[in-house]
Amino acid sequence: MLRENQRRFKFDWLTIILFLLLVGFGYVNILSASHIGEITSYFDTSQLYGKQLIFIGLTFVLIILILSFEAKFYERFASIIYLVAILALLGLFVFGKDVNGARSWYGIGSMTIQPSEFAKFATALAVAKYISDLQTNMQTLKDQIRVAAIIFIPALLILLQNDAGSTMVYLAFFFVFYREGLQQIYLIVALSLIVLAVLALKFGIVITAVATALILIAHYFLAKRKGASILQYILVLIIASGFSYGVKMFYQHGLKAHQQNRISIFLRLEKDPVKLEQMRKREAYNLIQSEKAISSGGLNGKGFMQGTRTTGKFVPEQETDYIFSTVGEEWGFIGSSAVVILFVLLIIRILYLAEAQKSQFSRVYGYGVASILFIHFTINIGMVMGLIPTVGIPLPFFSYGGSGLWGFTILLFIFVKLDSNKINEW
Amino acid sequence: MRKLLLLAIVVLVGLTFIARLFYLQIYGGYEYDVFDDSAIKKEYTYPKRGYVYDRNGKLLVANQPSYDVMVIPREVQPLSDEAIEEFCQLLKISREDYDKKLERAKNYSYRIPSPFVPQLSKADYAVLQEKMWKYVGFYIQKRSLRSYQTTIGANVLGDIGEVNRSIIQKQPYYKLGDLIGKQGVEKTYEETLRGVKGISFIQKDRFNKDLGPFQEGKLDTLPVPGKDIKITIDAKLQAYGELLMTNKRGGIVAIEPSSGEILAMVSGPSYNPNLLVGRDRSKNFSKLYRDSIANPLFDRGLQAMYPPGSPFKTLNALIALQEGVVTTEDRFSCNMGYRYGNRKMGCHVHRSPANMNIGIYESCNAYFANVYRRIIDKYDSPAEGMDNWSKHVKSFGLGNYLNNDLSVGQPGKVPTAATYDRGYGKNRWYTTFTISNAIGQGEVLATPIQLANMAAAIGNRGYYYTPHIIKEIEGEEIPEQFTTPKKTTIDKRHFEPVIQGMFDVYNKGTADMLQVDGIEICGKTGTAENFAIIDSVKTQLTDHSIFVAFAPKDNPKIAIAVFVENGYFGSRFAGRMASLMIEYYIKGDISRKDMENFVLRYSLEHEYQKPFSDEPFGINRQTTLEAIDEKAFQDLLKQKAEIPKS
Repeated sequence: MLRENQRRFKFDWLTIILFLLLVGFGYVNILSASHIGEITSYFDTSQLYGKQLIFIGLTFVLIILILSFEAKFYERFASIIYLVAILALLGLFVFGKDVNGARSWYGIGSMTIQPSEFAKFATALAVAKYISDLQTNMQTLKDQIRVAAIIFIPALLILLQNDAGSTMVYLAFFFVFYREGLQQIYLIVALSLIVLAVLALKFGIVITAVATALILIAHYFLAKRKGASILQYILVLIIASGFSYGVKMFYQHGLKAHQQNRISIFLRLEKDPVKLEQMRKREAYNLIQSEKAISSGGLNGKGFMQGTRTTGKFVPEQETDYIFSTVGEEWGFIGSSAVVILFVLLIIRILYLAEAQKSQFSRVYGYGVASILFIHFTINIGMVMGLIPTVGIPLPFFSYGGSGLWGFTILLFIFVKLDSNKINEW
Repeated sequence: MRKLLLLAIVVLVGLTFIARLFYLQIYGGYEYDVFDDSAIKKEYTYPKRGYVYDRNGKLLVANQPSYDVMVIPREVQPLSDEAIEEFCQLLKISREDYDKKLERAKNYSYRIPSPFVPQLSKADYAVLQEKMWKYVGFYIQKRSLRSYQTTIGANVLGDIGEVNRSIIQKQPYYKLGDLIGKQGVEKTYEETLRGVKGISFIQKDRFNKDLGPFQEGKLDTLPVPGKDIKITIDAKLQAYGELLMTNKRGGIVAIEPSSGEILAMVSGPSYNPNLLVGRDRSKNFSKLYRDSIANPLFDRGLQAMYPPGSPFKTLNALIALQEGVVTTEDRFSCNMGYRYGNRKMGCHVHRSPANMNIGIYESCNAYFANVYRRIIDKYDSPAEGMDNWSKHVKSFGLGNYLNNDLSVGQPGKVPTAATYDRGYGKNRWYTTFTISNAIGQGEVLATPIQLANMAAAIGNRGYYYTPHIIKEIEGEEIPEQFTTPKKTTIDKRHFEPVIQGMFDVYNKGTADMLQVDGIEICGKTGTAENFAIIDSVKTQLTDHSIFVAFAPKDNPKIAIAVFVENGYFGSRFAGRMASLMIEYYIKGDISRKDMENFVLRYSLEHEYQKPFSDEPFGINRQTTLEAIDEKAFQDLLKQKAEIPKS
């Protein structure tokens, strides 16, 4: 009985503490960002901070529920959970509700639920399940295509619902695949494509092509082992140039105006002062306000509920995607750095635990959790501080919203459960 | 390797974020200042500006409400052409003005309010106020303007106007559109009069909507009302002085010797201070400013440096007695002047040889040339003698700024050995080179206020108080520098003979026709040659008429200096005006109407036209008196009647 108890509570408390710290500090900032005037009651459900408190309360119910299932349950039901998630996403096309132009919500009474937040852990489970299958070999093209399809289906559905930001989260699985044996060449190609895309947009197709050619010529003469023919080099050059052209075309014709402008702002492509001024008031407005708010925090910040820009709601979406600007303004460099460090610690802790798993399913899943959190953390904070183009995704545990909080909680605590079970794995 | 990729990237991203935070918050960050925070609106409450009273408690300057139309360009919503047309009509401006003003406001700042149309009249405000809701981004700010209860003393009282940008940069207290003292006591006592404006901080949201007080109003302050001041000016005397100066140019400064308080400070031509209030201020100001001929903004009582002429002789007499180089009975002969080398300084017909008493009341040039030579030549070298003389002269407040509380001033000039060393070379000049100083004509320059102060120092027998204009500040001491006497270098005992001489100027000397029954006046006439450059030729103009006096002889109540530009000899205008002023101040009324009528009736305007006439003209002896027409004269008499009797 004693051993049974010990086993039941063999959860990784460090992860749980980090989680609690993030949720707690997140709530404090939502309080600042969403209160209007005096706070009469913290449980006032007509206010965002009141709702968030309820979401957090329910989170604990959810955690107990997740931890009380058998660990094996998740592996066994991974496919079914995945199917349910896909169905939920599909159902949106019929029953979904439009919010801000994205059809990502189910409306249940006054509540809304965003299935894409839950599709993440479902996909992570499915990917773990597939890769951990004994017959899967990530080195083979067949398995690569199949596992890609697992992430591609939800990603596509979410994209079709006009939520480009959440789609990008599925890129996180690249790290999982790489860890599980995807060839190095994919990494090189992926990096090259990113560089090519940026070059093509910033400097144009011709300069990009010339630069590519120069690099290839250098490679041809410097490579120790001349394995490739000149023809192959030329082929690479043509593909690279074709890709650049495609990116440019896609940027000009495939993107919506606001997406185009976000990239334009980030890469500083626009030179026309009139258009720049327009952008400052539209696409760049959020970013400018958020950078201002963060800068004004200084070393120590203005203090809890003392942020003038937060109180004045100068940063739109400050309780959701831009919550980090409130952290920056009210808690300053010290508080914001602490948040960054908490996230980094949490992700590293998960990676560490994942590597320590005996079952491949748990390891792959753990990697998936770390990767998804990492992508959210990087894109969200990077965007709020102007380091990457604007992409609307929430900051895990911080941003206001029940679906998001629960999605991340489930994602994390399934792993906590799997991890607690590793002794029984053998 | 594969295990480390994500780990490495996570750490890298974390470090990048912290670096970015450092860049934004520490490196590029700034000390938080609520005044720079655009999320906090700063609303100012303007305190009442202090009133100005004259020495007898008569209210001179009060306040009146005024309404400024302000604009915040960022908040202006596009208006239809008709709406703009209507707005322009209400504001009484043209469409071009509208565009120009809006453009100017935008250039200054999109979010800081700029004055759009300042200082609406009450009537315009009443009409406009009802329509104001139509013009988003514009609002009416109530402000307080000056209301002058008098038409006199423009140069004394000064005026207030909008601060300019260079002041805002230097003194952050002021914001665009604030008013500040520009001249006169409004300028020198700006901080006393203006008080401190109150401020309330209001949290705004991004739509510029008020969310209520910032930090529960903890930082808000209440306005501190400006303090009332009482100035030393006697409004009646000032009004009378300005009346006498009508149609003439020059300055009158009257001081109470026992305190250094300035009783009157007249500059002619003057203007009505009400011209510089309200919407027409800038128009009127530039009109006054551009009048480079009459130059009404130039305070002739304070800023005009003239050669002091004969009144300066009294100082030489005092210095000679102090240095012991003459006694009062030493006589010098005068044969229509004083010869030195092959040159001659002319003089007029009078008793000769002259002792000090005769020298002063007859204003004998030869007498003072001799005296002056003795003063300088007492020492081994003229340089030493000159510096010693200069030290004595300066102890009367000449040759330097008086360091008082008036907004303008000039140092005048008193030469020293160095002055001549520069002109002639070191030790290459002799006393005779500087002989004109004996009669106040050479290198000596003084302003009327300096001469009035000199008269006060003589009247006080050896000391003076720095002439000042502040008499009382509510609950505040007036500065100590105005209540401590400044001693001259002349011993008290030397003053009596000189004062007797000045008394005799009235009794039997150059001003004998200016006597006033019952008042013992001591004075000294002066006549100063002056020149103008006409078509690049130095041309002599009619002499300036100068008079310096104090009265009564013992325990004087008033010391006065009068300068009338091109008024010819000293007693002609300046002397008369000085006598009238003294009588008016001491007795409260004028017994010699003939003297008053003379001053009021005769104008010097024709004299001032001469240099611009392009024709040859006569000066001094060849000038004539020109009377103003009867109606204008009657108007002046009416004005006189309106000054209440004391």
